Amino acid sequence: MSETTYNVPTMANKASKGENPDILFWVGCAGSFDERYKSVTNAFVKILNKVGIDFAVLGSEEACTGDPARRGGNEFLFQMQAVANIQVLNGYNVKKIVTACPHCFNTLKNEYPDLGGNYEVIHHSTFLQQLINEGKVSLKGGGEFKGKKITYHDSCYLGRANNVYEAPRMVLEALDAELVEMKRCKTKGLCCGAGGAQMFKDAEPGNKEINIERTEEALATGATIIASACPFCMTMMTDGVKSKEKEDKVKVLDLAELIAQGEGL
Amino acid sequence: MAYISQILFLIILGGATFFLVQRIRQIRKNIKLGKPLNRNDNTKKRWKIMLLVAFGQKKMFKKPIPAILHLFVYVGFLVINLEVLEFVIDGIAGTHRIFAPFLGSTYNMAMNLFEFLSVMVIISCVIFLVRRNILHVNRFKKIEMIGWPSLDANLILITEIVLMLAILNMNAADQVLQNRGADHYISTGTLFFSSILMNSLEGFSTEALILLERGAWWFHIIGILGFAIYVMYSKHLHIFLAFPNTYYSNLKEKGYMTNMNAVTNEVNMMLGIQPASEAPIPSSEIARFGAKDINDLSWKNIMEAYSCTECGRCTSECPANLTGKKLSPRKIMMDVRDRAEEVGTSLAKGGKGLEDGKTLLGDYTSHEEVNACTSCNACAEACPININPLEIILEMRRYVSMEESASPASWNNMFQNIETNFAPWKFAPTDRFNWANDLTKK
Repeated sequence: MSETTYNVPTMANKASKGENPDILFWVGCAGSFDERYKSVTNAFVKILNKVGIDFAVLGSEEACTGDPARRGGNEFLFQMQAVANIQVLNGYNVKKIVTACPHCFNTLKNEYPDLGGNYEVIHHSTFLQQLINEGKVSLKGGGEFKGKKITYHDSCYLGRANNVYEAPRMVLEALDAELVEMKRCKTKGLCCGAGGAQMFKDAEPGNKEINIERTEEALATGATIIASACPFCMTMMTDGVKSKEKEDKVKVLDLAELIAQGEGL
Repeated sequence: MAYISQILFLIILGGATFFLVQRIRQIRKNIKLGKPLNRNDNTKKRWKIMLLVAFGQKKMFKKPIPAILHLFVYVGFLVINLEVLEFVIDGIAGTHRIFAPFLGSTYNMAMNLFEFLSVMVIISCVIFLVRRNILHVNRFKKIEMIGWPSLDANLILITEIVLMLAILNMNAADQVLQNRGADHYISTGTLFFSSILMNSLEGFSTEALILLERGAWWFHIIGILGFAIYVMYSKHLHIFLAFPNTYYSNLKEKGYMTNMNAVTNEVNMMLGIQPASEAPIPSSEIARFGAKDINDLSWKNIMEAYSCTECGRCTSECPANLTGKKLSPRKIMMDVRDRAEEVGTSLAKGGKGLEDGKTLLGDYTSHEEVNACTSCNACAEACPININPLEIILEMRRYVSMEESASPASWNNMFQNIETNFAPWKFAPTDRFNWANDLTKK
């Protein structure tokens, strides 16, 4: 672990001091519990600290947005989660939310308004892009990724679902790396196989796992880094690289990790 | 005597119109089996989408070669139909090429344009036939295409070729007759493409040529009317429905799922929350949760099924289908149409309709197909006319989960985790903030 300590204020802390932070960082279940994705959460918090953003998290007051329940057909459970979350969010008078999970992003942004939750919601890729544009994050000389081949795997819930295609790519460009596209990218990007609650069950009978199909495509670019911007994609692509026994040569990293590492955080 | 052909023409035209109107009414009824849905907002934006996507074929151009070939057939269809107007007037009035004297050289230009398009339609259709039947284009070979759907596609292409050949033959014979100064055959000027065929007709007698010219005329107009009726029963209906279907497109982000207001009422009651709006959200339309049969879908879902021309761009982009799973978004749309047809036809005959013991989910679409979807929206993105198979799949999942409680066991575990731990995995909610420990400790 690094020597420096970082601040991770909660909304409850802030509220007790009578403060309302500029932005709520919605961590999500994967960001809170998944061993691999916790390091993405950490990386993003480090960036927020370094840039000096007035943020807070919900901590143990956060709960699943309900996305996997809704996509699995359980509308009742989804709405129970959503209504409870909205009560917490509205209770803290939250105006703006950033999250590193495209599924949380989609649900908070597009589906909570129907139930009385109206917030400005942005995905961390857009947020990082804004920091770069504002000069708050500047990777001097591109850092350790300069000249490396990176391919970006589009998350369906970011791309097709919400038309966020350019922000993640602009973040990668800031690394001064060589961005190589897969054959299927942007609007034609191939799913990692985990969306629509597939993350939580085995695939139906078929002749191939979707993540293997996608990993093969990513490896074919010759990239040494597969950049992702979604916890489910991260898991699926990491598993894919492992099953191809390429984990020594190819890393799957989130945009926040790339920026944090590039900044030496 | 001269009136006989006019009377015959009127009878044929009237009969065709009668069948067309009947069938259009039936399709309208079938679409209306779906639940109400308001898509009358934002008219400006809707017109724009329709002009770009249906009229302008914007999304077709993701695959440029089929797009260009399709464009020829489409423009041919639109423009050559202007000629049908002349056919109809001639047929009723007993005239021959009624526009020719009025338009003069413009008529010659128009006819040459029509002929050019006819030739392009023939070339395009031949290439399409080769693509479908000889080249290995994966999306045309999927299991749901076996039998009628493939035959339907070939019949459409062959009919279009034959109709275009009839026009060219008719014009060729007409020009030979003009040169011979036959009665009624007014000069059209040289028609480039059909004049190539003239040599092969010179040996025929004038009587034989008149027979050929008249025969081709009748063949073409009866062919067009017959084809129009056929289209109403075929996947080819997209030529009309693409327009309303794109007009009534979903305007929200593709990631959005519609809120079930009936559930919101229950959740609010359970949690003791006063709804934000004074009046409770109307939930009268809820007969059951989710979709088991076509009447649980919206009219738009059914319209989409009738608009689908089974091109399979959705299926060729579907990650589940690409990796050998049973799910094919195209088949979902075909299932909805087949079921709507079945129910509609039964009701029209005074049959049992929806109560025939069959349902969309179960008899047409299987649970396995519904479960395999990753909700990635590749199908909806790929569709050249904005059909959304995903919405139908998710509605069926709602039925499976909330009415049948028949979701896959792992999903039921995941639901339980969310209910008890507020996360889809089995972690204690009190540990949710532990991730920060590493960051905050010295």
